[in-house]
Amino acid sequence: METEFFEKDKLLVLKITDEIDEHSVQKIRRRADYEMERYMPKKIVFDFDSVTFMDSAGIGLIIGRYKFANMIGAKICMRNLTGSVRRIFDMSGILKLIPVV
Amino acid sequence: MFNNEMKLEFISKSSNEAFARIAVAAFASQLDPTIEELADIKTAVSEAVTNSIIHGYDKKQGVVKISAWLKNNEIIIEISDKGKGIENIEQAKEPLYTTKPNLERSGMGFTIMESFMDKMNVESVIGLGTKITMSKIIKPKIENDEDEFKMLMTTNS
Ligand SMILES: Nc1ncnc2c1ncn2[C@@H]1O[C@H](COP(=O)(O)OP(=O)(O)OP(=O)(O)O)[C@@H](O)[C@H]1O
Ligand SMILES: [Mg+2]
Repeated sequence: METEFFEKDKLLVLKITDEIDEHSVQKIRRRADYEMERYMPKKIVFDFDSVTFMDSAGIGLIIGRYKFANMIGAKICMRNLTGSVRRIFDMSGILKLIPVV
Repeated sequence: MFNNEMKLEFISKSSNEAFARIAVAAFASQLDPTIEELADIKTAVSEAVTNSIIHGYDKKQGVVKISAWLKNNEIIIEISDKGKGIENIEQAKEPLYTTKPNLERSGMGFTIMESFMDKMNVESVIGLGTKITMSKIIKPKIENDEDEFKMLMTTNS
């Protein structure tokens, strides 16, 4: 995962660079929570541009980070959803909760 | 009856998920699928294998088996475990139904398998295990070549 923090806007960009499945998601989750706690952002963007594979573990990952963000008073959104990543999020209904930018 | 067949067995470690889906995708590539069709197969395999590992065997170690067949332009995939089994299959298949919400599961695995594959069937016996059978027809692309060939022939004459 690559992180970028923009102090002025309190914006944290988390770019996921691994395949997302039950195995890899544990590492991604830990790292995301660590970065969120470290920067205390107001806005978090999950970037899926480099995600070459995702299964339902990705839905759990984003719902979990959504709850964590709520706890620290931040808003989350997602960007660069394509192909089956997009279809999986569409199916899950979480796009009603989390905007795509 | 079948044009090709393969079998795969591995222990229930989540680090084997990537290996399992890539192996099945490599086998399926003999049918000349599109990138999207291949992604569908990989995702469905990943869902079934993950379910065997985290639900079927829970924290215990067991063996996950995959068999796959190619029949004309269809791939048939069977994924089975000898884990704890599913009590109520109909309920388990419902979108958002999960018995592990605390572990950030979303209950979408079966829904994804059903919509990414053409057919999906679940057999399960409590205490004996679970078997998922799914299939997908890979649309042939040869026709396009033929059309193109015919077109070339007619424009040349
Ligand atoms: N191989 C299996 N052995 C035992 N129980 C299973 C098996 N596969 C699925 N189940 C049961 O069916 C439920 C639904 O499975 P499904 O894959 O749809 O959702 P999930 O695995 O809970 O969440 P997600 O797949 O979205 O991460 C599971 O919560 C589990 O109780
Ligand atoms: Mg599942």
